[in-house]
Amino acid sequence: MARIGRAGSRLGVRSLSMPLAVLLLAITQAAVAGNVDPAAEARAFRDYFFKKFPNVKADDFANGPYALNEDMRRQWEEKEQFPPYEFSLEAGKEMFAKPFANGKHYADCFPDQGIGIRQNYPQFDAASGKVVTLELALNECRTANGEKAISYTGEDMAALTAYMAFTSRGKPFDVKLPDDARAREAYENGKRYFYTRRGQLNFSCATCHVQNPGERLRAEVLAPALGILNAMPIYRSDWGGMGTISRRFITCNSQVRSVPLEPQSEEYRDLEYFLSYVSNGLPISGPGSRP
Amino acid sequence: MRRLSKTLLGIFWLLASVAGAERSAFAASSEADFKQAYAAADAAEKEAGRLRNRWLPTEAALANARKAAEKNDFDQAIAAAREAEVLAKASIFQATSEKDAWKNLEIRP
Repeated sequence: MARIGRAGSRLGVRSLSMPLAVLLLAITQAAVAGNVDPAAEARAFRDYFFKKFPNVKADDFANGPYALNEDMRRQWEEKEQFPPYEFSLEAGKEMFAKPFANGKHYADCFPDQGIGIRQNYPQFDAASGKVVTLELALNECRTANGEKAISYTGEDMAALTAYMAFTSRGKPFDVKLPDDARAREAYENGKRYFYTRRGQLNFSCATCHVQNPGERLRAEVLAPALGILNAMPIYRSDWGGMGTISRRFITCNSQVRSVPLEPQSEEYRDLEYFLSYVSNGLPISGPGSRP
Repeated sequence: MRRLSKTLLGIFWLLASVAGAERSAFAASSEADFKQAYAAADAAEKEAGRLRNRWLPTEAALANARKAAEKNDFDQAIAAAREAEVLAKASIFQATSEKDAWKNLEIRP
């Protein structure tokens, strides 16, 4: 942006009429935006965290704050002996196997019967032109089979996604950004949402998870943005239960005193797309637990 | 004596009437002021909603304004509505300025 401004002055934009100057700047900005390579951005995103935390192994970013705080890590490792998400995981497995009223299953809606595929979500759906998250795909599966959609923030959705994440544990995130202007736009929208300040506290997602990971916000140790979705869904002691990605986004918005958007709104789905894409290569570690 | 009593009673009635009229005129004026203040706050919050950037404290202030108005506490209702308007305008400013400012935080290659 600043570079474009200086170049404009050198080219004598000031001497042009204002509307023409504005038009030229807009065209230049659009051209520059079009040239940004999301793969290069993802590398830069990862490098930022690798440099910020040189002692943390790349894959360990999937463990969020536990990768950054030794005391918390020890507690977490002990807790993992009897993980608090275990009941939800079992419930999710049962729900996933239970047939719908029409006799079909969740497995019929997904490739590989829905096993070991969590790392491929969200996906860009060329037919609808929108980002499809795993939560959305599960509800689309339900409604396509005559069942009612379930709450995106509820225990059932958390349980189902916990089971599907568990079957993908260790598999690296592999979210595709197809050569489609609409997919690219969704990625850009998600990126913009991530960096945009909102709420009375004037925080962006990046304020906590890029500028201050490892720092404490009251009792909470802030997780790095890199790998932040790999452990989802999570059991949070603060919630006293399991929570989905939708619930996490809504809580984040509320914490900065912003009115949350509706679960699975376009902005949230695009945000999940962006965050997942930049974490490509890091292993799925969900379901997880957090303080 | 009786005339004096009647005169005093008349003066009292007159004063009471004037006071009552003033009170009702004040209440009517306050309610109108509240409606005006609330409409301004509500319009600003709708604009913040259009920008997908509503704030929780704005919603709380609007709710407080409505509750106070229901209790005919228009002073409190107007104060809450004005607070909501200020907050809503701040959220609009935030959304507008962030259209470009978000890039300052971006990690770039």
